[in-house]
Amino acid sequence: MIEIVNLHASVDGQAILKGINLSMGPGEVHAIMGPNGSGKSTLSNVIAGREDYDITEGDILFNGESILELAPEERAHLGLFLSFQYPVEIPGVSVSNFIKTALNEMRKARGEEPLDASSMLKKMREKMDLLEMDKGFLSRSLNEGFSGGEKKRNEIFQMAMLEPKLAILDETDSGLDIDALRIVANGVNALRSPENTFMVITHYQRLLDYIVPDYVHVLYNGKIVKSGDKTLALELEERGYDWIKKEQA
Amino acid sequence: MSEQDQILNEVTTSEYKYGFYTDVESDKVPPGLNEDVIRLISAKKNEPEWMTEWRLDAFKIWQNMEEPEWANVTYAKPDFQAISYYSAPKKKQINSLDEVDPELLKTFEKLGISLDEQKRLSGVAMDVVVDSVSVATTFKKTLAEKGIIFCSMSEAIQNHPELVKKYLGTVVPKTDNFYAALNSAVFTDGSFCYIPKGVRCPMELSTYFRINESGTGQFERTLVVADASSYVSYLEGCTAPQRDENQLHAAVVELIAMDDAEIKYSTVQNWFPGDAEGKGGVFNFVTKRGICERNAKISWTQVETGSAVTWKYPSCILKGDNSVGEFYSVAVTNNYQQADTGTKMIHLGKNTKSTIVSKGISAGHSHNSYRGLVRMGPRAVNARNFSQCDSLLMGDRCGAHTFPYIEVKHPSARMEHEATTSKIGEDQIFYCQQRGLGMEEAIALIVNGYCKDVLNQLPMEFAVEAQKLLAISLEGSVG
Repeated sequence: MIEIVNLHASVDGQAILKGINLSMGPGEVHAIMGPNGSGKSTLSNVIAGREDYDITEGDILFNGESILELAPEERAHLGLFLSFQYPVEIPGVSVSNFIKTALNEMRKARGEEPLDASSMLKKMREKMDLLEMDKGFLSRSLNEGFSGGEKKRNEIFQMAMLEPKLAILDETDSGLDIDALRIVANGVNALRSPENTFMVITHYQRLLDYIVPDYVHVLYNGKIVKSGDKTLALELEERGYDWIKKEQA
Repeated sequence: MSEQDQILNEVTTSEYKYGFYTDVESDKVPPGLNEDVIRLISAKKNEPEWMTEWRLDAFKIWQNMEEPEWANVTYAKPDFQAISYYSAPKKKQINSLDEVDPELLKTFEKLGISLDEQKRLSGVAMDVVVDSVSVATTFKKTLAEKGIIFCSMSEAIQNHPELVKKYLGTVVPKTDNFYAALNSAVFTDGSFCYIPKGVRCPMELSTYFRINESGTGQFERTLVVADASSYVSYLEGCTAPQRDENQLHAAVVELIAMDDAEIKYSTVQNWFPGDAEGKGGVFNFVTKRGICERNAKISWTQVETGSAVTWKYPSCILKGDNSVGEFYSVAVTNNYQQADTGTKMIHLGKNTKSTIVSKGISAGHSHNSYRGLVRMGPRAVNARNFSQCDSLLMGDRCGAHTFPYIEVKHPSARMEHEATTSKIGEDQIFYCQQRGLGMEEAIALIVNGYCKDVLNQLPMEFAVEAQKLLAISLEGSVG
């Protein structure tokens, strides 16, 4: 699905990613963990195509093709989705209008007709039920006045609507209480299939109790310094990151 | 150059989409302004003596006035002697669309305003004004059955002189300002609308203005009278062909809402704004004002995307107790456009209420000013006003300015004023892009969201057109 090869990225001349190698296949869930400032959000932004970063070395291959030259929306059209750590507010644009526009842009890019209004509504209802969301949600301004939990749930709702091939969840668990965490995790699990890939960025083992990863990677100082299965997450939970930092020192 | 800058650059250099010129034969008066020209206009329009005198009186007043300079705009002052004050398509007397000049119909088609379509789909009656003389009026019969008069000002002067005489100049007197005086002297046509007592106008009344003859000034005069307990929604939309010289437009619109009446006046304005260097473009110096009697309501909604220089303050005089005034505005400036626009809410009666929502969007090298006055007179017990003035900046070479004026003469009056200035954030654009929207779609979505409070006030079919215009004005290639 996606292959990250010796990826180096910097902001304003300061190197943040220093040679990331990571390969994620279809049907897999990869958890990326690591202390603050290790480059987790940078990695997700670079994959999604944010402009602020300079790729100084390496490549990102999506189904074997480099996506480094593609605009963010072109990457989205390929089936790449980023659930934002801090979703932005867009005043005056309703959730339903935003999702409708997004979904139809995706369809257009794939040469499909726009989804008719009733099918669209039906699909929205279905996904909202999955995430136990209130119907009034659709008419609210996108993320405006949303609680932290509502914002994250809205991200997963959009993911469910857009049905991406690769979904990157950037600290989707932060700001969620335990009930919301369970609902969001259920939503993600419902979307798991042998065809798609999840990259779950988190600080805490907690989320991984619900979304059980196939692989756990530790990102530290711009590099993947350790990889393992879900037991690695448990070990990190118990021992913290200090031992890893010491290993690297 | 970042991608966002590129888009902004594209926006700044985009060509005026509606730049074309209709080849209709015109009957045109030589340039220049004096008493003889005014008599000639009046004679060509076969006007009664009182109308000619009214014009001449206005001309005398105008001659003693100075062109105003207080607005936050700079431009080369028009040479009033170089303007031709009358131009009429030669073919007149049109009873059906078949008789309309095919060239003209093509023009409307280009604009997406097929009369047929309009008639069938939206039930909009249109009084089409092309170069000063109405050439097609539709739905007149349906309206006539309700006693509603909707016709060109020229026809009104011929057929309803008593109404015109009674109301013309009562809201915007000849002495009001330089351009109102000029308009009073030389106006060639416009629309007249009268809604009888207790009648609710069954359709949106619509006029498409269009400046069409090179070098011809356009001086429209609109008068809407809503008698007691009546209701009317009036739409005004404008586009102009591309031109390499400045065109002066000085319209006057007067609204009269009698006891318990309501007038909703919506404008979508898209005149040629000048090219990317700021050359050419329409000067839009308009006086729009309405007067509300007891329990009456006047609501102005405007989406302004065109003109090189705009100078316009649709206002409400809240004379009657419990009357309500509203002003909803989106003003977009791009390239070297300048807009100084806003409103005046004059609270005279008790319990009068006004709402002002102004959304300015500046891009390119443009300057966008909101100028608003809220005045609460000594009798305006419990008067209330809410004002919200937001500015959105695109790029770093444009300017947004706010000039609120507040005069309160009664202690019970209440006022709220909110103002924000923001930029379209890279975060917002990236978020939209991540969801599959291109940069231009993203900007259109964000801008439309920002303007939603105003766009929601427009009648449905107009809202769609307004959204298109916003997209065209800001995105270059879209449309």
